[in-house]
Parts: sequence; C-alpha cells; structure tokens
Amino acid sequence: MSTSETQYLEGKASEDYKHGFYTDIDAETAPDGLTEDVVRYIAHRKDEPEWLLEWRLKAFRHARDRIDGGETIDWAHLDYEAPKFDEISYFSAPKETASYDSIDEVPDEILETFERLGIPLEEQKALTGVAVDAVMDSVSVATTFKEKLKEKGVIFKSFGEAAKEHPEIVREYMGTVVPYTDNLYAAINSAVFSDGSFVYVPEGVTCPMELSTYFRINEAGTGQFERTLIVAEPGAYVSYLEGCTAPMRKENQLHAAVVELVAHEDAEIKYSTIQNWYPGDPDTGEGGVYNLVTKRGLCKGDNSKISWTQLETGSAVTQKYPSVILAGDDSVGEFYSVAFTKGHQQADTGTKMQHIGKNTKSTIISKGISADVADNSYRGQVKVSKNADNARNFSQCDSMLLGPDCGAHTYPYIESNNPSAQIEHEATTSKVGEDQMFYCHQRGLGEEEALKLIVNGFCQEVLQELPMEFAVEAKELLDIELEGSVG
Amino acid sequence: MALLEIENLHVGVEDEDIRILNGVDLTLDTGALHAIMGPNGSGKSTLASVLAGREEYEVLEGSIRYDGEDLLELEPEERAEAGVFLAFQYPVELPGVSMTNFLKEAVNSVREARGQEELSSTEFLQQMRERADMLGLDADLTKRSVNEGFSGGEKKRNEIFQLAMLEPRLAILDETDSGLDIDALQSVANGVNKLRDGSRGFLVITHYERILQYIVPDRIHVMMDGQIARSGDKDLAETLEEHGYEWIREEVAAAA
Ligand SMILES: Nc1ncnc2c1ncn2[C@@H]1O[C@H](COP(=O)(O)OP(=O)(O)OP(=O)(O)O)[C@@H](O)[C@H]1O
Ligand SMILES: [Mg+2]
Repeated sequence: MSTSETQYLEGKASEDYKHGFYTDIDAETAPDGLTEDVVRYIAHRKDEPEWLLEWRLKAFRHARDRIDGGETIDWAHLDYEAPKFDEISYFSAPKETASYDSIDEVPDEILETFERLGIPLEEQKALTGVAVDAVMDSVSVATTFKEKLKEKGVIFKSFGEAAKEHPEIVREYMGTVVPYTDNLYAAINSAVFSDGSFVYVPEGVTCPMELSTYFRINEAGTGQFERTLIVAEPGAYVSYLEGCTAPMRKENQLHAAVVELVAHEDAEIKYSTIQNWYPGDPDTGEGGVYNLVTKRGLCKGDNSKISWTQLETGSAVTQKYPSVILAGDDSVGEFYSVAFTKGHQQADTGTKMQHIGKNTKSTIISKGISADVADNSYRGQVKVSKNADNARNFSQCDSMLLGPDCGAHTYPYIESNNPSAQIEHEATTSKVGEDQMFYCHQRGLGEEEALKLIVNGFCQEVLQELPMEFAVEAKELLDIELEGSVG
Repeated sequence: MALLEIENLHVGVEDEDIRILNGVDLTLDTGALHAIMGPNGSGKSTLASVLAGREEYEVLEGSIRYDGEDLLELEPEERAEAGVFLAFQYPVELPGVSMTNFLKEAVNSVREARGQEELSSTEFLQQMRERADMLGLDADLTKRSVNEGFSGGEKKRNEIFQLAMLEPRLAILDETDSGLDIDALQSVANGVNKLRDGSRGFLVITHYERILQYIVPDRIHVMMDGQIARSGDKDLAETLEEHGYEWIREEVAAAA
C-alpha cells in the first residue's frame, strides 16, 4: 500500500467520538457494591412484586458466590482489567419521576439529548412503522405507538411494568433461555437488572411496526443491566431494533445486558442491534464502555425462526455471542454481524448455533473490520446434537484490516454428533487493496470516499439484513467511524 | 490544440531499479483519436497508468501536459475530475459496492469539479438507463456490485459504460476490445464514436486491427521497449497485422 494511503488509514482513528456529551439530570444512585441490601433497594424502588424479589435474591446469591470465588473470564481474546464488582453502583434513576405516560411529560433536557443523538422523538413519532421506547438510564421515559400495538394485542412495555401487569407471562419465560446460572454477567444482571423491554406478540399476529429501543448509560460508574424478553406465540412475527450510544465518561462503564427470545411454532423474531457506545480515549483506550452481553434465542416450536443482526462499532471491550437454540424441527437460526474496531477497541464476538431439532438450519455471516491497534475476534460454535438429523450450517467469516498494527482472529468451533450434518465454514482475511483504491480514485473518488464505499461494500451482506429504516442509519454510522483526517 | 503532450517520458518502478518507459513522445490534439499498439510488455499499460496517476510508477524524466497544465502535479482523483478516464485492462471487483452508488458518487464528484450541480436521483437513474441502452449493456448488470462476478467481456463493457457516464475529455482505453464478442465490439465502437464529438481526445491501446476498422484512428503509434518506435496513419495497422512487429525492431536497430 502506498504511504499516503497507509498514513490515512492509520490516522483515521483521530475522529472524535461524535456522541460524547453528558446530560446533567440529577440521578439517585444506590450505594456501590453488590449486596443483598442493594438488591432489595432496587426491588423496593421499583415497587416490584414479591416473586420477582425472590428471583433476584436467588440470582444474587449465585452471583455473589461466583464473585467471591474469584471467577474471571480469561478464555476470550481480550485484554482488559475485570470490572471491580464492589465499586460499581447497580442502580440509578432520573430523580423526578420514574416514568411518563406521554412524550409531553418528558423533561426537555432528555428530549434534547435524544435530539443530539439524532433520534428526535417528535420525528420518530411521525416515522410510521417505528415505535420508540426510550430508556434513559434505567427507567423508561417515553413510549409511543402504544395504541396501534394495543389493537393487535401486542404488548410492548418496560420490563418493570410487564412484571407487574403480566406476571404470568413474565414468570413463565424469564430465565428459561438464559438461566441466571449461565455465566457471571448473566447472574449479576438477574440480581440487579434495572429495566429493559418486554415484547409479547399473540398467536398469528404480525407486529405492525418495527419495535425499537434506545438505551443510554448516563451515570458515572453506574452499571447498566437491561433485561429484555421477547415472546412470539405460534405464527407471530416481530422485528425489534436496539440502538445505543453513550456519553463520554472517564470511568469504565459496565454494560451487562441479558436478552431472551422465545419463538413458538411458525413464529419469527428478528432482533437487530446498532451499538455505538463510547469506545474510550482513542490514544489510550481509557474510559470506554465494557459491553458484556448475553443474548440467546430459543426456537421452541417447529418451523420457527430467530435472526440476529448486529452492527457493533462502539465500546472499549465487546464480548457477546447472540445465539440460537434450534429445538423445534425445521427451525432456522441466523446471525449477521459487523464488528468495527479502531483505536484501542477490542471485540470478541460471534454466535452459537445449537442444533437439536431435525432439519434445522443455521447461517452465520460475520464481518470484522479493524483499524489502528484494535483487535477483532470472531468466535463461533456450531453444535449438532445426536438426534438433529439433517442439520445444516453455513458460516462465513470475513475480516478486513485497515492498517498494519491491528488484529483479526477467527475461532470456529464445530461439534457434530450426527453424521447427517452438513457444516460449511469459510473464512477470509483481506486488506483494502491498492488496486481497489486506485480504481475508485480513477473515477474521481478521494481517499475517504473510496474507503467508505469499499468498507460499506464489505459489510453489505449484513447491512441489508437490517430493517430498511435503520440500514441508512447504519451506513451513516460506519461512515462516521471511517471519517478522519486524510493524511 | 494539444490536449495531451507527453515529452521524453522516462518511467521506472518506485523503489526498484526497473525502467519501463524510455523516452516516450506523444501529442494528442483535442478531437483526435490515436491508437497505441505494440508487443506484450512493451509499456502500453504502464503509460496508461502513469497518465492516470498510479503511485507505484515513478517519473524519472520528462513531462506530461494536459490542457496546458502539468498533469503530474495532480492526484489521481483530481485527474479524474479534470476529465481523464482510464478504461482498465483488468477492471477491479468491488464486492458489495453497488454500481448505482459507485457511479453516482463518481459522476457527482466529476460534476462538482466542473462546477455543475449534482444530478438528482431520478436524473441520474435516467441517464444510467439511457447510456446502458446505448451500449447494449444488460440493465441487470447496473444493479449488481461493481464488476463482482462479471464475465471478462461484461467487465470491459462496464468500463465503456462508465466512460459514457463520466463523459471525460481524455479517454484512455487499455485493450478494451480484448475478450469482447463481435456484437459487444460493435456496441463499444458505437459508444466511442458517439462520444467522438470533437471535444475529447482518445488513446486506444489494442493488439487488434479489427477494432480500428470500427473506430478509425487518426494516428497509430507502435510502442516497443518503452518508446514509440514508429507512428503512422490507419494503414499501419494492416501492415502490422500482416507482418508483425519484427520488421520495426530491425528498422530501429538499423537506424541506430
Ligand atoms: N509494478 C511493476 N513492477 C515491476 N515490473 C513492472 C511493473 N509494472 C509493469 N512492469 C513491467 O513493465 C513492462 C511493461 O508492462 P506493461 O503492462 O506496461 O506492458 P503492456 O505493453 O501493457 O503489455 P500487454 O500488451 O501484455 O498488456 C513489463 O515487462 C512488466 O512486467
Ligand atoms: Mg497492457
């Protein structure tokens, strides 16, 4: 690669974090540390039913044991200091009120914040087909399109509300896909989860709009522990998008969410994520978000389908493996991922496809892009059980390196216990070719334009899986990531 | 008036002791079309690359003036904006980059440089359809990723399609005729002839006399060992077709 191109590609990390600002809304914060008192405080603050407190406490004891046992997660290709669990505050809420019935009640300050993030609620309201459930810190602040959803019998509310209003559904499913014993972060989340979304789509109903939630982390040293549960009854369809961006902060911020999806017979759930949290200081990597998330879907019924699509551009450390348990016969699992790391960012992400039912099918398309000194790993597991006749998997993992000092790694694990399984894995690593850049230049495109086109092209297969409304936003986000001083 | 003046051009490979062009002289007037022929490895594509601004080549001596200005001062994208177009001998694939996006960016960056307004999406798409029709390019190709999975001939046609979209002032065609079927050759030739309106200049690099029957050149140059060994009118192509290049080599040797 020519020197000017190399310089440019190396230098582009200098782009400042575009969404780095901080809203000064007073927040009430629980005392630091993970204690039984804190768990009780959270449940009390949220006025939760007794059964939920009991559930939290069970998880708390489990989490406490694991922390006291000194558990660490050292198998991932990540290099960072584990969060100090007893120095984290596990709950914060905007001071004035806990929730609002309409957008008019939301303080202007919050609305402005969303506007600066490019998510003006007023505009969102007008955007037909998009319902917005905005989570500021840990408490829901606004929900729109409720009426339309109500007509169809779709329940879309904060997890906290749902626990109170639909305890029978929440109790039936909560923790069945990601048990609190699953991993340390899932255990912590189960003990102290703040809020999140709950979606229930009744039998035969196609959810009339994209459901979308924006999460923000906004308090110094506050852990953010959302919990999301989506249940699609037989023949139901729902598409859900979660998009995130966070203000610039000094301390490391732990984000350990749990997402559980359950798809019954003939149901389909499409879950998309755009993650753009503060990645830390570009020169030192200090202060970025730790994004350690457990996402899993259960294709419970025959012929059900769960599809994960993610665009991960933010956070200092990202570790997540949205997975699908293919229990029903003929069920389908998909994972489409773009992970972009630059500066000192590290990502270890991928998926797990667990084939249990017969004729189950999974597709994995992963695109990793790294620049500067960033590290990007794909880690994926395809597991075929003894009775999963005719299971099929196709995996494709492509990595693109934008400089000489970044890293890309691929760790595919395959475990097949049924001889009829067909598993295909392809992996490539490429650099942006000088030939490609020159071809673009010859057509009048400058360094930045050319690079944007090529990288966007590289991700196209994944981006096209995003709901239409968000594909444009996603492209823009990638462009912003690639912008910088042309050397 | 001279659109392009190449004088005593010596070119090597950057950071290496390799010399490819050894004193090329060539002047192309506005409105003219010159063909460049010559054996494999004689330096034709290198000349084209240097004109387009490829960085791996280093100009050791000589000058190139384009429209009276020093072309070597310009970055590759600035040359494109100034109206220099190269139809590549080996067009590059851009996986996932849609033809429409790519061309729209290209057309608009060239228009902006010329002080023209950006085309609206409707105008652009209409222009795309028109030009694709004119060149007999399958409309489906314009819906795919740039050159990805295109056949050899499709890639060549796509280069001419881009040429028609960008309306350059200096068009360099590097063996665009190689690998084209007879129909494609004719439509490419038609495309070039339509653009031959007196306001542009063309350098057509080719190994075959056949395309020159459709696109009649004002002049033919023979490149050998990095120099223009001989120039002549359109009849030179026939002589070459019959006798090959050896006689020129002998003539040059005898003259030396
Ligand atoms: N980057 C490079 N490094 C080393 N040698 C090079 C480089 N580029 C070109 N050459 C050499 O320079 C010579 C001229 O190459 P060029 O591609 O210009 O030939 P050409 O006349 O276009 O040939 P053809 O008719 O086969 O297309 C060849 O010997 C080629 O190997
Ligand atoms: Mg050549």
